[in-house]
Amino acid sequence: MTDSSQNGGVERTFFLNDPKVRAIIYQVVMVAIVVWAGWSIVDNTATNLNERGIPFGFDFLTAPSGFGINQSLIPYSESSTYGDVYWVGLINTLLVAVIGVFFATILGFLIGIARLSHNWLIARIATVYIEIIRNVPLLLQLFVWYFAVLRLLPAKREALDLGPIGLLNIAGFYAPKPIFGANTWMVGVAILIAIALGIGIRFWARRRQMATGQQFPIGWTFIGLLIVLPLIAYFISGDPITFEYPELARFGPQGGIRVIPEFIGLLLALTLYTAAFIAEIVRAGIMAVSHGQTEAAHALGLRNGPTLRLVIVPQAMRVIIPPLTSQYLNLTKNSSLAVAIAYPDLVSTFTGTALNQTGRAVEIILMTMLTYLAISLLTSAFMNWYNKRVALVER
Amino acid sequence: MKKIIKVALAAAFGLAGVATAQAGTLQDVQAKGFVQCGSNGSLPGFGVPDDQGNWTGLDVDYCRALAAAVFGDPNAVKFTPLSAKERFTALQSGEVDVLSRNTTWTMTRDASLGLNFVGVDYYDGQGFMVRKSLDVSSALELSGAAVCTNTGTTTELNVADYFRANNLDYEVVAFEKGDEVIAAYDAGRCDVFTTDASGLYAERLKLTNPDEHMILPEIISKEPLGPVVRQGDDEWFNVNKWVLNAIINAEDLGVNQANVDQMLGSDNPEIRRLLGAEGTFGEMIGLSNDWAYNVIKMVGNYADIFDRNVGPDTPLGISRGLNALWSKGGILYAPPIR
Amino acid sequence: MAQQTYYVRDTLAEQQPAPASTTGLVGWMRENLFNGPFNTILTLLALYVIYSVAWPVIEFVFINGVWTGDDRTVCTTAAQGGIQPDGWFGGCWAYVGAYLNQFMYGRYPFEERWRVDISAILLVLALIAVLVPNLPFKRWALLFAAIVFPVATIVLLTGGHFELGGFFFGLSGLAGLSGDFAFFADLAIVALIVAGAGLLAARATGSNPGSVVVPIIAVFVGIGVIMAIFAVDFGLAPVETAVWGGLLVTMVISVTGITVSLPFGVLLALGRRSQMPVIRSLSVIFIEFWRGVPLITVLFMSSVMLPLFLPADTDFDKLLRALIGVALFSSAYMAEVVRGGLQAIPRGQYEGAMALGLTFWQMMRMIILPQALKLVIPGIVSTFIGLFKDTTLVLIIGLFDFLGQIQSSFANPNWASPVQALSGYLFAAFTYWIFTFSMSRYSIYTEQRLHTGHKR
Repeated sequence: MTDSSQNGGVERTFFLNDPKVRAIIYQVVMVAIVVWAGWSIVDNTATNLNERGIPFGFDFLTAPSGFGINQSLIPYSESSTYGDVYWVGLINTLLVAVIGVFFATILGFLIGIARLSHNWLIARIATVYIEIIRNVPLLLQLFVWYFAVLRLLPAKREALDLGPIGLLNIAGFYAPKPIFGANTWMVGVAILIAIALGIGIRFWARRRQMATGQQFPIGWTFIGLLIVLPLIAYFISGDPITFEYPELARFGPQGGIRVIPEFIGLLLALTLYTAAFIAEIVRAGIMAVSHGQTEAAHALGLRNGPTLRLVIVPQAMRVIIPPLTSQYLNLTKNSSLAVAIAYPDLVSTFTGTALNQTGRAVEIILMTMLTYLAISLLTSAFMNWYNKRVALVER
Repeated sequence: MKKIIKVALAAAFGLAGVATAQAGTLQDVQAKGFVQCGSNGSLPGFGVPDDQGNWTGLDVDYCRALAAAVFGDPNAVKFTPLSAKERFTALQSGEVDVLSRNTTWTMTRDASLGLNFVGVDYYDGQGFMVRKSLDVSSALELSGAAVCTNTGTTTELNVADYFRANNLDYEVVAFEKGDEVIAAYDAGRCDVFTTDASGLYAERLKLTNPDEHMILPEIISKEPLGPVVRQGDDEWFNVNKWVLNAIINAEDLGVNQANVDQMLGSDNPEIRRLLGAEGTFGEMIGLSNDWAYNVIKMVGNYADIFDRNVGPDTPLGISRGLNALWSKGGILYAPPIR
Repeated sequence: MAQQTYYVRDTLAEQQPAPASTTGLVGWMRENLFNGPFNTILTLLALYVIYSVAWPVIEFVFINGVWTGDDRTVCTTAAQGGIQPDGWFGGCWAYVGAYLNQFMYGRYPFEERWRVDISAILLVLALIAVLVPNLPFKRWALLFAAIVFPVATIVLLTGGHFELGGFFFGLSGLAGLSGDFAFFADLAIVALIVAGAGLLAARATGSNPGSVVVPIIAVFVGIGVIMAIFAVDFGLAPVETAVWGGLLVTMVISVTGITVSLPFGVLLALGRRSQMPVIRSLSVIFIEFWRGVPLITVLFMSSVMLPLFLPADTDFDKLLRALIGVALFSSAYMAEVVRGGLQAIPRGQYEGAMALGLTFWQMMRMIILPQALKLVIPGIVSTFIGLFKDTTLVLIIGLFDFLGQIQSSFANPNWASPVQALSGYLFAAFTYWIFTFSMSRYSIYTEQRLHTGHKR
């Protein structure tokens, strides 16, 4: 390669003209700059911390926190450590993210399909929804839900009675709390049996279809099993589940399962916002499947349902999955806006309160960023693997 | 602002090389011609700007007094509104020269944040505000209540301690910004709003119907509030300490904004030392000898400052209480100037 | 064979109108709304949704909205101490009107607000220069948008008259230099060093020294001129960024973020597709790091940690810190968008360019990037929209952007009422929507305009 620049036997090539040498020089310079910048940041930070008498280290994680958190899925009290605060926050983040992803997916698919509906009015409503929600900042939507809409609910000592669903007021939603009787295990076993049967039937049905070409409605059978079996078990075991209903007390409803309004507000905002993006992805995915596919399926004698299920959706999913994943990640990262409405997520409790109380800015912000980074990288890794599995095998 | 370009260039041409020889804060302040003061941006009576950007408040007046002592001009000061979270970093990083933002003096803050508390300019304690309709007369009846508070404050820790110590159930709702706390309480999200008692009076003014709310008698903590400076700069620390002491001593000696000029002719040696008619006390801390005269003339003594910002005749209507002079039933006491 | 014609129509049959049920409004409705029981149910459901959502909004905004008034009494019911009948629930637009100036300028001094207005006009001109296709003097218009506009707005908004300082020698007191002079001296020294290095390299590699040295000198002279403009005292009163607020801050952050992220994004994208392993992996690490963390942690980092990263005594403006955070963050996102465009360019284009003997940068500038950027314009615009919406997050670190200013106005008891928050937020939503929606429309317009060649 290097010799190709020789011209008329005259050696004109200076070593700087060799792309390989140049590449090495560029990279060495780049590394030098990065190392120097990194070193000066670390050095400055160390000097600054030292000069100002601020200690550095992670020992604070074992110190008692001394403050309360109003939602925790793991045991937490004021005497728990800052390490526990981290876990409480992380679990709360994941909780709102998982539930948000669940609802946003359902809503997003519905709206995406609605936008392609032949019904003019439905399609228009979906379009208007998407155009409004996507174009307004999420933080603003969060404020609207939390500070404006929830404010219209009854005060803390009253409540909107939603009947069997529970009570709703400005301090949250109070759902009936199921209290499991001694025989509840029978219901659980019934669910397991239903799932096992479902898998068995699917296996059998597939073999039968291969052998005879006859189809079997697996889905409906499975759903039927999943409902009927636990119900039978429920009644055989003698009504083992009772519900504790919330009741109004001095400071508002007591008892039942309480969902704090911060959670409701955050979940609403995240779900509605992300659903608008998912709807667009779904629409694009479905439109990406050419109409010829539908026509071919119809020509083969498939009806609309199977066409959608067997031909359109599998192909559309291939287009939908990658951007869908990044929306899931966005939702998870956006859940950090919780800090604005005091939902105790990772950023709010750990990067907020714990940082303020300990003053360990560097350690805490580093831990928070790395946590989010780990979540995204793990999700991306999983999705890359999944993508490879479903990727179109081309010639 | 002026330094933006310099810093941006430094970043562009390399991070090193911008560090100047570390001069004392006092020299820095004198060189740039104003005091950069970190203050609360939303607490009436302590630190709040109006629509035109004119700052008022007790904490704010401390910084004005500082400016008067250093420059003889109470307006040679610029204010940076800081949240509870930012305040210490802002001071540590040199963004502000002094932090006067209703900050509680605690051992952890003094010892582990690289800060020095100048003294106490307001003796406070944490209290509770509830709706009158709730019909409670004591904090001990608050079991099961939801408490709104500001995150990153001693308040949040005190409330946890108090409810735990008295075996009361509670739910804490902690917001990042003061305005959000009071909005949530006003909306009825919480039964109780808690912060320093002075803050309760100030925040009550922001409620839709202030008269529907009452402040419970319990004071659950000691909250000595005071200005803060960086550790390791004794000269600036001294200037701050003695500006604060001068304000208190002036009240003790009966020197106020109205009579300071007559007092210049006083025979009382203590007053003469304070006002710079005798001795070189100003020079000892690197200022001019009429430093305290300027402070009192331009900003006032402690009583002037207190009455103007939070006293009985202001919307806050706080009585002196603990903040009265030691000789008048309070605990306000300053070392003598001699 | 005799022709036997039984009946031949010799005039066209008169055209009958289509059946009434298939034309006009009725026909359209039958076709689109009521074709089949399922669709009919859906339509009725949709009508109900529209009624139950749109009507309350119209009622709140227009029918019950209050447009004039001086304080909270016009926006509260009798029971709350106002003049409205009980059960009244409407928008308090009088409050929005009273605060409109603050929402636009924050606490920017009254007598200096003309500077913001001029900056806004400059922004519009710059946008026209960049966005409108087929403008005459496009080159000059772009030059205006890229250089004149930012310099002029910085001077206007801050008041200019920056103190410059030396960055290598001046500060250490070497040669007794100080202030502006030290800066220009240092700049000259750096320019000479760089130009000298360029000259040596040019000599060594046998390329034309002039083509290397002249651009270097030109760049440094350009920097010098801009800096000189910054240093000149135009007699404008300095306005600290602490008093900036409202839409002004929102625009400053988003415009800066957008302008910075594009070039950096392109560089990062090129780095990620580079053949050099070190540069590639550094770009990947940078991009994936910023894309993996939420913006709010980035802002926390830039507001709390950035001062620790820099040598003691460099104090950063709060707004500048947020700007740095936003710029880093959006550059990473922009890089991924640009990379998508680069990947879509067929290899033949690269090979063709190389066969013509173009250097790497010539190839990128003249062949690859124009095509790649054109392909990803929708992606770029949607990144811009995302950035514009994300600027709201700065209120969490205590800057008063448009939304932050609106939120802080709730603290004033003068206008306190149950509908205050909703009114303010609706106004904010409407304003943001106008901006983002017009951006997305522009993107669709460009997409259609540039729809040339690549798609069949």
